[in-house]
Amino acid sequence: MELLYKIFIDPFVQMGTAPDLLVQTLWEGLVGGVLYSLIALGFVLIFKASGVFNFAQGIMVVFAAMSLVALHALGIPAFLALALTFAVMLALAFAVERLVLRPLVNQPDIILFMATFGLTYFLIGFGELVFGGEPKVMIADQLYLPRGAYDIKMLGGFVSLQKIDIAAAVIASLMVAALAVFFQKTRIGRALRAVADSHRAALSVGISLEQIWVIVWFAAGIVAIVTGIMWGARSQVEFSLQIIALKALPVLILGGFTSIPGAIVGGVIIGVGEKLGEFYWGPLLGSGIESWLAYVIALAFLLFRPQGLFGEKIIERV
Amino acid sequence: MLYREVGQYKTTYEADHAIFPLLQDRVGIAVILAIAFLAVPLASSEFVLNSMLIPILIFALAAIGLNLLTGYAGLVSLGTGGFMGVGAYSCYKLAIAFPQVNILVPILVSGFFSAGVGVVFGLPSLRIKGFYLAVATLAAQFFLSWCFVRLPWLYNYNVSAAIEVPSRTLFGIPITGPTATATTRYLVVLAIVVAMTWLASNLVHGRIGRMWMAVRDMDIAAELIGIRLYRTKLLAFAVSSFYAGVAGAMLVFLWLGASEADSFDINASFLVLFMVIIGGLGSLLGSFLGAALILGLPIVLRTLPGTFDVPITSATAEHLQFMIVGALIIFFLIIEPHGLARLWQIGKQKLRVWPFPY
Repeated sequence: MELLYKIFIDPFVQMGTAPDLLVQTLWEGLVGGVLYSLIALGFVLIFKASGVFNFAQGIMVVFAAMSLVALHALGIPAFLALALTFAVMLALAFAVERLVLRPLVNQPDIILFMATFGLTYFLIGFGELVFGGEPKVMIADQLYLPRGAYDIKMLGGFVSLQKIDIAAAVIASLMVAALAVFFQKTRIGRALRAVADSHRAALSVGISLEQIWVIVWFAAGIVAIVTGIMWGARSQVEFSLQIIALKALPVLILGGFTSIPGAIVGGVIIGVGEKLGEFYWGPLLGSGIESWLAYVIALAFLLFRPQGLFGEKIIERV
Repeated sequence: MLYREVGQYKTTYEADHAIFPLLQDRVGIAVILAIAFLAVPLASSEFVLNSMLIPILIFALAAIGLNLLTGYAGLVSLGTGGFMGVGAYSCYKLAIAFPQVNILVPILVSGFFSAGVGVVFGLPSLRIKGFYLAVATLAAQFFLSWCFVRLPWLYNYNVSAAIEVPSRTLFGIPITGPTATATTRYLVVLAIVVAMTWLASNLVHGRIGRMWMAVRDMDIAAELIGIRLYRTKLLAFAVSSFYAGVAGAMLVFLWLGASEADSFDINASFLVLFMVIIGGLGSLLGSFLGAALILGLPIVLRTLPGTFDVPITSATAEHLQFMIVGALIIFFLIIEPHGLARLWQIGKQKLRVWPFPY
């Protein structure tokens, strides 16, 4: 009885009595969710256009952020360093296409998945060798990212909104909008969708797979740079950040592997659900339920919609 | 020249169905077993047994478990580490609760606990498949890892939050705990692994294995020819988790001696998945080859600079090791996406037709 009360009634009573805390928790969940969405977006881009489940997205985020900080540390002005980071990610996209994807064309998905694992290991080793293993501070000020917080008085209390979080949300929405336009309206975007549908059919109408792959991996690299800057500005740039990639997986299965809006909505649902669960139900189970709650939420959704919220309908023929 | 099937006539169905239809294969496997059971314990040092052979055998068993699920039944799982942990912790609880029982009993029985947990987390496989399922099994991994840390009952409220293996004997010889020698532990591990590999081989060559493969190749078609999907898939999860559980129990009891929750974290799952893929999906031999490669490679890489007197710091060596392992994974996938087992098969075929090219 006591337990049932604690599970079903007490959290809601808490929410009702301290609405400002609830709003604060919701906001934090929302912001966390946006950042998950950004990583998930990188996954979706590559999965849509090549059917590769790119495990290396997490390390690409770290790699991009590390390059940016290291380039700036060499004395290069911040925005030039940013431009050079773009060049680094472009070079990475070319290298991946030439050395990993091209020799493995037409292999089963799981083999390509495994190859991105190899890529992850390689980048971890390479990154630590070049940049060193210690955590670094993101050059947020030099990139004119805002600092500090707005304290808003509402509902009989204060809600504190970090400026960097607001900036992250705005930039993320801009990027998603740009990607949506790119995919739907441009010539290359149409070619990308064609490749996603069928490699062979795309080839036969004259679309170059090699080009397309470089473009998608570069696009994922750009997403990685943005994600790296945002995560780095909130905390630090360190190699352990790459495990946030695992956080993006429930977002992916919730939203569907092939849907850009799915990645966003999924990220927000997971982020908010996770924070609410941790804050209101966490003390009941012992802390740290954040680590698996996201997966359970995603799993519950999957039981009703196996292709995710926005995934394409799975059609199977014998 | 020596490896020919010429003149070996099969006159019964049993002979035709044999796993090793060739005399040369039978002799070969007997020689390998004889070396493993007799020559290796006599010739190997404590270091080789402890840091290479025992972990390779144990992880090969876990890889066989995952291979049954992924390679044969086509269900990708990233929860192997968690299931190994269930085996280890339940073995620990059983060994403490029933100190008078022979230690082999808890090790094997813990597999059943793991199988039970595996079935529960295999339930989503009835609705979802492919990468969606892989991510769903991550839920099992993270939930179980969390349990190993947060439920003190599992490690008997130890202050260190770790499980420590009690000393137990078999026929008066200590086989677990600090007093057991590497040789005895190696022999026990080897015996269990050989027995369970033999069992797995019989499973996959029989009706159950064929059902799994039918489900792997196309589950709807399998259902149409009368295979009950939910039973087959859940059985695959149960058997796979059983193997993982026994491997986990052995990992702690016969190798590490003591362990914390992070021995069974997500990295363990990935490690076993590497072994299965590099070794070859759908091949028992591949599980052994994969385990040997993935576990042996870092050891070789670690000793190489010392042998050639290359002056590099240990941190640099570790980073280089990551890079080389990563590059080698990609390299092996490119030269043979079907794994090391396939290379072995190609080699055997070449031997059969030698000296002709085909």
